[in-house]
Amino acid sequence: MRINVKTMFLLAGLLCAPYAAQAEETQWGWLGSFTRQKEVNPVNNKVYQEECGSCHFAYQPGLLPSQSWEKLLNDKALADHFGDNAELDADTLKEVRAFALENAADKSYYKRARKIAKSTEGGEAPLRITEVRYIKRKHNEIPEKMIKGNKDVKSLSYCDACHTKAKDGMYDEDAVRIPNYPDWDD
Amino acid sequence: MKKMVVLGCALGMFLSTAVFASPESGALLQKYQAAGAGKADPEKGKLDWTRVVVVDGEKMSCATCHTSDFSKDGKHHVTGKAIGPMSARVNQERYTSMKKMEKWFKRNCMDTWGRECTAQEKTDFLIFMLTQ
Repeated sequence: MRINVKTMFLLAGLLCAPYAAQAEETQWGWLGSFTRQKEVNPVNNKVYQEECGSCHFAYQPGLLPSQSWEKLLNDKALADHFGDNAELDADTLKEVRAFALENAADKSYYKRARKIAKSTEGGEAPLRITEVRYIKRKHNEIPEKMIKGNKDVKSLSYCDACHTKAKDGMYDEDAVRIPNYPDWDD
Repeated sequence: MKKMVVLGCALGMFLSTAVFASPESGALLQKYQAAGAGKADPEKGKLDWTRVVVVDGEKMSCATCHTSDFSKDGKHHVTGKAIGPMSARVNQERYTSMKKMEKWFKRNCMDTWGRECTAQEKTDFLIFMLTQ
């Protein structure tokens, strides 16, 4: 029997599909999703997205190591979350915390998250993403006027002010647009 | 006939105050009553909305983030993130989850007044907000 091209593609697709679906769950799954594996694992948990994202950009867990998330995501710490009360009920906290810890930089296969994990090894775990050495280093060439002095940015903590694909966990330079500085190029 | 007029008046009064109550907000008001709250006073809620309290050196009131225009977006005082309008007329998601209402009452009272609000204060707020 002759198998035509269409059937071959269909078969190939069927063989690959389960791989893609399990991409983040199995030990070797990361082999199946090369492009996304370069960046930071996106937020794919609805509760995390909603609870964190209602007050600020829902930072991907891969932006901090698990030690940081442990310090941030507990009853006591959330009662004074950078000056605001961000308390969660027990069930919600459990889910948010579990998602953060499972996907933290040091647990992630994503390349950029790994670099973050490496740069936070040893020493006190940072509480702020802006204190992560790797992230600081990546931004140190940008003049202050474009961040702090820029009314549409104000601080490094507003990732999505310049990183147009931040919510998908994509932080590469190609997707950077600094408000009021359209011509800036690294 | 007399009965009809009375009924008509009652309906008219109801419509003129235009309370956008939801089953969930009703249930929450009942809960506050059970916790000792008296009659709901929208005027008190309105006054409290703009009452300024200094918390950690920052002047805060409900209006700091939510503004006093319930049909417009508010803005988080630190992060600047948009907060959906408080009016149930323009934001149909408002007042439809008891869990959410209680969560935000707790957090926002702590952040704005430095303490939890009483059942009475929350009753007055809720009635005021539901009429906006």
